[in-house]
Amino acid sequence: MSEHIVSPKIYVAIFLTLMAGTAITVWAAYQNFGAFNIVIALGIATFKATLVVLYFMHARYSPRRTQLVIVCSVFWLAIMLALTLADYQTREHTVGRLAPPVIFNLVRT
Amino acid sequence: MSKTPPPSPGPNMPHEDYLNATYGLKSWLLTTDHKRIALLYLGSVTVFFFIGGIFATLIRIHLLTPTGYLVTPETYNKLFTMHGVAMIFFFLIPSIPAVLGNFLIPLMIGAKDLAFPKINLLSWYIYLIGGSFVLYSFSTGGLDTGWTFYTPLSSVYSNSAVTPAVIGIFINGFSSILTGLNFIVTIHTMRAPGMTWFRLPLFVWSHYATSLVMVLGTPVVAITLLLAGLERMFHLGFFNPALGGDPILFQHLFWFYSHPAVYIMVLPAMGVVSEVIPTFARKPIFGYSFIAGSSIAIAVIGFLVWAHHMFVTGESTYAALTFSFLSYVVAIPSAVKVFNWTSTLYKGSISWDTPMVYALGFIGLFLIGGLTGLFLACLGLDIHIHDTYFVVAHFHYIMVGGAVMGYVGGLHFWWPKITGRLYPESLARTAAITLFVGFNLTFFPQFILGYMGMPRRYHTYPPEFQVLNVLSTAGASILALGYLLPMLYLMWSMRYGKVAGPNPWPATGLEWTTPSPPPTENFDVTPEVTWEPYDYKNRPDLGLTAGAPSPAPAHGDD
Amino acid sequence: MHRTGELYGHFETLEQQKESAALGMWIFLVTEVLFFGGLFLTYTINRHAFSAAFGAGSNTLDLTLGGFNTVVLIMSSLTMAMAVWSAQVGKKQLVSIFLIATVVLGTIFLGVKVIEYKQKFDHHLIPGAGFDIRYHAEHPTAADNAGKIAEEKEELEKAFAKDPDLNAHAQLYFSLYFGMTGLHALHMIVGAGLLVWLIKGSFAGRYTPKYNTPVEIVGLYWHFVDIVWIYLFPLLYLIDRHH
Repeated sequence: MSEHIVSPKIYVAIFLTLMAGTAITVWAAYQNFGAFNIVIALGIATFKATLVVLYFMHARYSPRRTQLVIVCSVFWLAIMLALTLADYQTREHTVGRLAPPVIFNLVRT
Repeated sequence: MSKTPPPSPGPNMPHEDYLNATYGLKSWLLTTDHKRIALLYLGSVTVFFFIGGIFATLIRIHLLTPTGYLVTPETYNKLFTMHGVAMIFFFLIPSIPAVLGNFLIPLMIGAKDLAFPKINLLSWYIYLIGGSFVLYSFSTGGLDTGWTFYTPLSSVYSNSAVTPAVIGIFINGFSSILTGLNFIVTIHTMRAPGMTWFRLPLFVWSHYATSLVMVLGTPVVAITLLLAGLERMFHLGFFNPALGGDPILFQHLFWFYSHPAVYIMVLPAMGVVSEVIPTFARKPIFGYSFIAGSSIAIAVIGFLVWAHHMFVTGESTYAALTFSFLSYVVAIPSAVKVFNWTSTLYKGSISWDTPMVYALGFIGLFLIGGLTGLFLACLGLDIHIHDTYFVVAHFHYIMVGGAVMGYVGGLHFWWPKITGRLYPESLARTAAITLFVGFNLTFFPQFILGYMGMPRRYHTYPPEFQVLNVLSTAGASILALGYLLPMLYLMWSMRYGKVAGPNPWPATGLEWTTPSPPPTENFDVTPEVTWEPYDYKNRPDLGLTAGAPSPAPAHGDD
Repeated sequence: MHRTGELYGHFETLEQQKESAALGMWIFLVTEVLFFGGLFLTYTINRHAFSAAFGAGSNTLDLTLGGFNTVVLIMSSLTMAMAVWSAQVGKKQLVSIFLIATVVLGTIFLGVKVIEYKQKFDHHLIPGAGFDIRYHAEHPTAADNAGKIAEEKEELEKAFAKDPDLNAHAQLYFSLYFGMTGLHALHMIVGAGLLVWLIKGSFAGRYTPKYNTPVEIVGLYWHFVDIVWIYLFPLLYLIDRHH
């Protein structure tokens, strides 16, 4: 691994961006964007996380192998979330004869 | 450039090896040598194999008669649960990776040790701690939830010792994670000069794929069981419908790991078979890169099929269709392997040595297990045979017929490397055939029972099912003999077996170029790999020159 | 396993040793992603099913403390990154200073977390038989602003109108709140332990431009813990704040 030294200037710039991101998240939470509130919150969080990974954790300057490891972690997380949610999103409203009533609530809402 | 490895030392050359380098209990319990840790694992997984085996024996004896006189229904529930937990979490998952993988991966890639030797030892201790919790659960009330720990049975209603068992499996998960992590890093960074990715033995490739599953899947089951345990201890409601939670979510999370976990068990066995077949067919393996790639493909696609365990739970029909389709897809890389092994055998110079008998047995049993898996992946058919003995027979064909045959076969194949001695060949071959016959007699009747509608996990059955059940129990007795025999003669051979020499079969891997047993540092000088894998044609050092009759493998009782 | 200076015997070069350690830590972090991933999935399914209860639960959290902690944790990531930089450029004293700053900020975070947990305990918001989401609104203390309490009551009644089982479902929210923040805090405690070990090494002047692997890989872990919080903060504290 050829070592790449990131200058403190970049670290401080990233820190300030993260602070700004935090402020925007809090501000956005008090606005009513309907269904988009959660999208905006997660979008900003992902942006912040990406900055931390790329600069604080030096992923931008790391070997390909490390970058592949990061991509894999996101990919497998996505598999877990997407395929499970695919089940919940496509359930019929009447689940099954044996399902207790509370499952109906879970699916309807 | 030389195409062959340096000449190996003679068969009887005295040397200091990893077994006699240091003495005393402390030198074993605090060792960081991957070979010694492998032997520590060998001992401990064998203990769990016998614990699980005793439960299996009791189950089969109980099922001799339709009403079952041996144990009460409650005890029966505990027997099959504890059988499953001991066998899956504490025998099958660590068996090949932690014993053979641990011993062989550094030797096969030309490294002195795994990348993190201390973490390797730590993972064994974690295994012991996890195992102690589970044994505590077994001995203080037992466990009756099924090895799947479905909620809310496990988190609310079960009156057995669920909490320590869940904690034990949670802890044991970290042992698996650390082993997988160690293997991946080792394979990436510790390869000897010249050991390129496509010169890696297929055993290493399959362990790389296995490690991916261990690292990506195990954390999910860890958090799931942690949540279920917290739910039981503090009456929380994550998975309890009475409190608003969702039991199907538990099953999603559980099977996200536990389906790929099947590949943790069978992929390493496939690695063993990929080593054994070319050795005893005296031929380069057919389709090296396809076998390597199919291991990775199985690891990846294996993560996309989990909800086929949940077709009758009320999951969405659309999701069920998707998972059914994806389950068919995973059969493709498995079939690629089987075709490549049979193509390797074609026109090979086959000798029927014990490891080969196991490998051929594996192919047959895995074929039956895999194809019946496709029956179960079929949405409509699964409704009929779900939770019947058909399922039990299917997964035993994969786990016992596949994984355990691979494990025992691998133990025989590398036993001369591990101990430096040969086992009595004809006895070993008899044991292998006994195992194969006993196995089929035990589990084939269960396919028929399941198809006729006998549900799994019941302590009783209608009288018309008795003949097949008696057959199954008879088979289990033969099977037990097949397991006891290798135990006895392998231990005997450690002391009295014929000295094996570095390469008795002979085989082409790097591990066979170092003395048996290997020295602590594995190789006296770091090897440089200049030859291709399984290249029987261009290895005059093995005495396998083209046209000449190939030398017979060295045997313990010639 | 013998050891020559900083190089363990089974490695050929320091470079190889460093690569292995970094790759090992990254793969460990992958397992952490999936470990927390299971929790996030449980959260998603339940929040989707019981949005009113999750909103009501979230609004009981103290945003000032949560926001303060977010700032503290991001700052600790900055000091951690600076500690790695100091080691890389050979400023041995700065390494110690930045590591100490990181551990102090981490401790502040945990202290604030304790205050928050205590508050939840006082307000009967621990899942179990004594759980009562109305408790605080009905038993205000002298320190509470009367207007705010009235507002809180009104919001709760609206939420109960949407979901009569709010009390049960809010327990799910709090189970997840304590589960997620508790596991996060546990990771912080482990991280703080690792930092103390690093500080010991840095006092001995062990970390130099040639050898700083421990600082770097503990740094990776610390930043990961920060990332988990970056997601936890909006998911737990910022649901339905716009009412």
